[in-house]
Amino acid sequence: MLKVLYFAALREAIGVAEERVALPAPATVGALVEALRARDGKYADALAPSRRWRVAVNQDMVGLDAALKAGDEVAIFPPVTGG
Amino acid sequence: MPTIRLQTEDFDLSHECAAIRDRSRAIGAIASFVGVVRDMNDGSGVSSMTLEHYPGMTERALEKIVAEASQRWDVIDATVIHRVGTLQPQDQIVLVVVASAHRGHAFAACEFIMDYLKTDAPFWKKEATPQGTRWVEARASDDDAKQRWDSKGSAT
Repeated sequence: MLKVLYFAALREAIGVAEERVALPAPATVGALVEALRARDGKYADALAPSRRWRVAVNQDMVGLDAALKAGDEVAIFPPVTGG
Repeated sequence: MPTIRLQTEDFDLSHECAAIRDRSRAIGAIASFVGVVRDMNDGSGVSSMTLEHYPGMTERALEKIVAEASQRWDVIDATVIHRVGTLQPQDQIVLVVVASAHRGHAFAACEFIMDYLKTDAPFWKKEATPQGTRWVEARASDDDAKQRWDSKGSAT
């Protein structure tokens, strides 16, 4: 299983801050996002390719081709706006 | 070596500069940046702003940014403080202090840290406006500000 976290506007759109998600096949960030999109319209809309969002695995920003393994912490969030 | 803090309370620039000066006799220059909450953004009045962050990753991202700056320039010490929670216009929001032997390195590293913080540190601002609350959209100009460091030499 993966621990998946959502932040800011994405957390509000999906309606949960954290959930457990099965490791997708293949075990990549891209496959995880596909699996989440396939759940329902809320996820599909929040994670639509046309929207801007970022992914971090174990607290490092990564691309869609990054590999995943059981126990990873994956965070999905909008582009950051601090400072 | 660097000091990284996330806090709800305000910070004091003089105090942070003095703390850095106390730690090294090699410092010849201290550059600092203070970010302040504005009362206007994208044409709307802003009555308050709430900052969300990703605990753990935020500190880690800031440490990486300061480490990257220290590779590029001669940084003796640095402090980054970012406030979280709800802030009002005129409140201080972020502080970057960089100490070096000479001003060129301190100025450059300070600006570099702020530019990278804007695109790589997981903070998100939500503004309260007369039309309701809204998440602040990331700006393309922030990505541009970060990218120009890729083409710049690190020597100053």
